[in-house]
Amino acid sequence: MSLNARERMLRRAARDISAGMTVNLGIGLPTQVLKYVPADLAVCLHSENGIAGVGPVRDRAHADRNLIDAGGAYVSPLPGTSYFDSAVSFAIVRSGRLDLTLLGAFEVAANGDLANWIIPGRLTPGAGGAIELAQKARKVAVITTHTDKHGCPKIVARCSLPLTAPGCVQRIFTDMAVCDVTPDGLRLTELAEGVTVAQVIAATGAPLIVPQTPLPRF
Amino acid sequence: MPLPDKTCDMATAIARIPDGARIMLGGFGVPGTPFCLIRELVRQGQRGLTIIKNDANETGMGVDWLLENGQVARLITSHIGLNPRAMQMMNAGQISVEFVPQGILAERIRCAGAGMMGFVSDIGIGTVMAEGKPSVNVGDRSGTLETALGADFALVHAARADTFGNLRFAASARNFNPLIAMAATTTIAEAETVVAPGGIAPDDVHTPGPFVDQVIALPELPEVYGVVER
Repeated sequence: MSLNARERMLRRAARDISAGMTVNLGIGLPTQVLKYVPADLAVCLHSENGIAGVGPVRDRAHADRNLIDAGGAYVSPLPGTSYFDSAVSFAIVRSGRLDLTLLGAFEVAANGDLANWIIPGRLTPGAGGAIELAQKARKVAVITTHTDKHGCPKIVARCSLPLTAPGCVQRIFTDMAVCDVTPDGLRLTELAEGVTVAQVIAATGAPLIVPQTPLPRF
Repeated sequence: MPLPDKTCDMATAIARIPDGARIMLGGFGVPGTPFCLIRELVRQGQRGLTIIKNDANETGMGVDWLLENGQVARLITSHIGLNPRAMQMMNAGQISVEFVPQGILAERIRCAGAGMMGFVSDIGIGTVMAEGKPSVNVGDRSGTLETALGADFALVHAARADTFGNLRFAASARNFNPLIAMAATTTIAEAETVVAPGGIAPDDVHTPGPFVDQVIALPELPEVYGVVER
């Protein structure tokens, strides 16, 4: 994936974060989206380890040793930030207070099934808070490269790995496209600059509904 | 009427832990992990332990010391992805790992701490996480029974304690600490600062003293508590 394609993907995902939202960004690519969210946008970032109102990342020299986000980055408070224990943190998640969560994926299926926590016997990090985020955020979107490092599709007809949550994903942002999970199947809704519909179809492991009208570019 | 003094030296407090104990540890990553208490547990060498903690720390820190020293039989946790040794030992069958969704882990611990036996939740339905759990219907919704998770000992890290065991945590170092402090038969709290009763205002107490059995003042904070170089 070229740097350009990655940036476009991150910038496109950032556009789905709007004023007034409470948002949780997963570790890795999802957190990178923050770089493209306008600094003056009124948004409350939630972190599983007990923060509402996560502020900007700090470098080591200015870090507070007691203040990290769930990904381990040293962050800062904002006016209005609150800290709480892990039970309260997940009360926020399970009771539907999150408007949006952006998560990474090992596999995401055309029906919205998400697998992102274990590759049995090989990579066994555990789910952390992903199961509750995937199941209970009002909107769940995945941000991922369209294919893995071997070129295999990450968007599949059916997940082969243990699920994080079934039928939870509504939107998928990749370096090639934006796809929406619909009752009729997976719909191609936007195309990255310089990418053709045929390329997206070839890189996707599930049937795609392709609208007849020209697709927006990002 | 003065409140009881629960201050204790670290070696004596940790020596009460027997082989095979179930031990809860505070911390999410570095913040809130009771490294000094864990280091003393490594020094004393109790074995066959069940460790209940959000994560397995990172290489060369906290839970990793216990794993390296062969003291852990079982880990109940939500995430071990930052500790390659934990993943290797799990996949080699050297330790058993029970993964619990993070908020369910927190709530099961809170539930034990509140003297309850369990609760009903729909988290993990349709995944392997729900396998083996009794199904429960509440009205027209179905969920699974989640059992309370208690322990023999909780090892807590607080920013500030008074001698009665009232505790206060700092920023994201709070995480699981107030929950595990309630859920164990014996709760041992290490604190960066220990003050006389009244040194923490009543409204500022995060964990009330009745949950805490021993208070240990940390003389100085080893480097492992500091900002991590990555």
